[in-house]
Amino acid sequence: MEVGLKMGFEETELRLGLPGGGDGGEVVRKRGFSETVDLKLKLSSKQGSSGIDPNEEKMTGLTKEKNLLLSATDPAKPPAKAQVVGWPPVRSFRKNILATATQKSSSDESGGEKAAFVKVSMDGAPYLRKVDLRMYTSYHQLSDALAKMFSSFTIGNCGSQGVKDFMNESKLMDLLNSSDYVPTYEDKDGDWMLVGDVPWEMFVESCKRLRIMKGTEAIGLAPKAVEKCKKRG
Amino acid sequence: MQKKVACSFPDEVLEHVFSFIQSDKDRNAVSMVCKSWYEIERWCRRKIFIGNCYAVSPRMVIRRFPKVRSIELKGKPHFADFNLVPDGWGGYVLPWIAEMAGAYPWLEEIRLKRMVVTDECLELIAKSFKNFKVLVLFSCEGFSTDGLAAIAASCMNLRELDLRDSDVDDLGGHWLSHFPETYTSLVSLNSSCLGSDEVSLSALERLVGRCTNLRTLRLNRAVPLDKIANILGRAPQLVDFGTGTYGADLQSDVFSSLAGAFSSCKELRSLSGFWDVVPAYLPAIYPVCSRLTSLNLSYVTIQSPDLVKLLRHCPSLQRLLVLDYIEDSGLEALSSSCKELQELRVFPSDPFGEEPNVSLTEQGLVSVCLACPKLQSVLYFCRRMSNVALVTIAQNCPNLTRFRLCIIEPRTADFLTLEPLDVGFGAIVEHCKDLRRLSLSGLLTDRVFEYIGRYAKKLEMLSVAFAGESDLGLHHVLSGCESLRKLEIRDCPFGDKALLANAAKLETMRSLWMSSCAVSFGACKLLGQKMPRLNVEVIDESGPPDSRPDSCPVDKLYIYRSVAGPRFDMPPFVWTMEEDSALQLNTIGNPIGSEWEHNMKGIQGLRAQMPFVLYLAELSNTSQW
Repeated sequence: MEVGLKMGFEETELRLGLPGGGDGGEVVRKRGFSETVDLKLKLSSKQGSSGIDPNEEKMTGLTKEKNLLLSATDPAKPPAKAQVVGWPPVRSFRKNILATATQKSSSDESGGEKAAFVKVSMDGAPYLRKVDLRMYTSYHQLSDALAKMFSSFTIGNCGSQGVKDFMNESKLMDLLNSSDYVPTYEDKDGDWMLVGDVPWEMFVESCKRLRIMKGTEAIGLAPKAVEKCKKRG
Repeated sequence: MQKKVACSFPDEVLEHVFSFIQSDKDRNAVSMVCKSWYEIERWCRRKIFIGNCYAVSPRMVIRRFPKVRSIELKGKPHFADFNLVPDGWGGYVLPWIAEMAGAYPWLEEIRLKRMVVTDECLELIAKSFKNFKVLVLFSCEGFSTDGLAAIAASCMNLRELDLRDSDVDDLGGHWLSHFPETYTSLVSLNSSCLGSDEVSLSALERLVGRCTNLRTLRLNRAVPLDKIANILGRAPQLVDFGTGTYGADLQSDVFSSLAGAFSSCKELRSLSGFWDVVPAYLPAIYPVCSRLTSLNLSYVTIQSPDLVKLLRHCPSLQRLLVLDYIEDSGLEALSSSCKELQELRVFPSDPFGEEPNVSLTEQGLVSVCLACPKLQSVLYFCRRMSNVALVTIAQNCPNLTRFRLCIIEPRTADFLTLEPLDVGFGAIVEHCKDLRRLSLSGLLTDRVFEYIGRYAKKLEMLSVAFAGESDLGLHHVLSGCESLRKLEIRDCPFGDKALLANAAKLETMRSLWMSSCAVSFGACKLLGQKMPRLNVEVIDESGPPDSRPDSCPVDKLYIYRSVAGPRFDMPPFVWTMEEDSALQLNTIGNPIGSEWEHNMKGIQGLRAQMPFVLYLAELSNTSQW
């Protein structure tokens, strides 16, 4: 019953598209909604984690999603691997300063998770939000969080059909021409990119701020995204 | 008989007498003596403190106190500091500025904490208050350096501009050049939170040079180390100095001019800043260390031996902020060097790391508590604790007024006995009879709250996270802590019972925050209905709470007393539980019918007829909220 409610809500959620393949030089290709999990798998398997059955991953990916939504209200269980919001109680300006300090000093690799706060704006919303990208380990988690934050504005604005179209190369331009929302980010070079065209870790390193644009405004970014992908690939 | 006495003095005499009474509490008491004292007092009150900007409306304040010169306002709940309060929640100061612009043309001082301040607000301030002197924006946000430029350009009598810990959109340092060349009144400037790499150094140097009354100067990171000597040279009278970046390639001429500049600052008592420290430059401050009372090294990422070397030069130190790089050994050294220590804050260098990266344990804190008899205020992040350590601290530091302990991993037990830390914290509240502020952490059952309710009679603010077992815990606190003003709770299994049973207590407090607890939506509604002088706000970003059953727990709850009624600037994810909300929302489990309506009307009628005396009490109490 509760899950049913959430499922209905999910349909209207803002979803991050995953256009472009990244390393393989793959461009935006036809892809259904459920296959976005597939893409994540492909990226991570390229980075070395092997032996995962794509079908199983698809299932667990979706279940994990539900768990995240449900466990958001369960006080005793913080989401696996991601951090608990606001704990330990350290102010943001302290977190970020330490992050740059530890980067400068010795090579402590993956151990310490440094905070990566970025501002998130959404066209039409009256105020900015901030997210710590280190709180999430995938585009899905980020997408869920953003959807929750801006749900009051996006309900009805981004149907699941719109998302499927976004994956579909031939309909991408149609979508960008419509009034649906598209997540974009500004990277270290100051360029505005479509979210999802690089592996997650690379995204976290290079993202300076996020902007959820109206599709019509994002239209100029698609070619750029393709270009950058080709360069990286 | 009192009336006769009051009438025999002209108002001017009484006013003169009242001018010696500064504290809000005393002023409130004075205003309650009789109607004429109330009248006289309200016309001569110059300073207002409002602990919750939503507890009262600007108009009500202006109506009662027409001649205010100084105002202090606080907005968001404290947990906003840790991103628990979503952006857009509220705390906008613009309505206040707009009303005061007309009503208080002679306003001199505005101090804000955790409020949203826009450039429009700053421009309005610059335009409206001809004698404006003090602007303190503590942990505020929403404005840019353009707004600061407006203040700089217009406020000829500005003495203090303090942006402490605010989140400012820094568009570069050009705002400093908006201070006219004729402007010389600056006494205090804290721009340390500005984040841009650009700063107008020449404007800064000229400003510092011509403001001969400058006592406090806290620079931002963009100011390089090799400029410090020049700046200090122009302001040898400084008492409080915050450096910018304190690192560069070591050059002996830079070092010697730096050391020379510091030695000519005979009045310097407080140092801060020190971003990107290069240890070799630290000895440049040795000439002033013996007189230092306050040192903020919380951005200094150097190892313990270097920290200790510095601290050995500071025997007068009363206040120290430092990272956990200091380690137990460093704190041991601190405790032998700095006998005057009153306040210690140790911050975590790697708060999210799975494993400890430094050797800092409960021992460090214990050694300081054993050796520093004047210690009053502690903020300590660590990864392990024991009851024995806490008891030792409690017994040796009975004068503690603020004790905030954060054991980084939630629900961590006593590492020696694997028991909860109830007894340890119990000792703290039992021995530290003047304790005003307490933050708990570690594994805690309902017992710790029993101790707190029994002993913590002067406790004003309590922060609780991942603790307790049942409503009994919350009940102990609400029923026992007589002085409690602010209570903030997250991730605890506290539900409806304790809250509803102690509803009346909430009207004696400033505010209560509960997030990720077990309070049901139905209970929130009930509270909102029964307590017209409380604003009960449910914060839920996943959708309207009435789309779920009443028994569902709410995500976040913020309750505060108010004479202004529900606020109207709430974002879509905040719902206020109003008096008649039961009649509008879904009625599962709610009694509906004529009896309910009769009760509702009764409550509303009461409010309308509130006796005059009670109304006075409400307004006079706003100042101490």
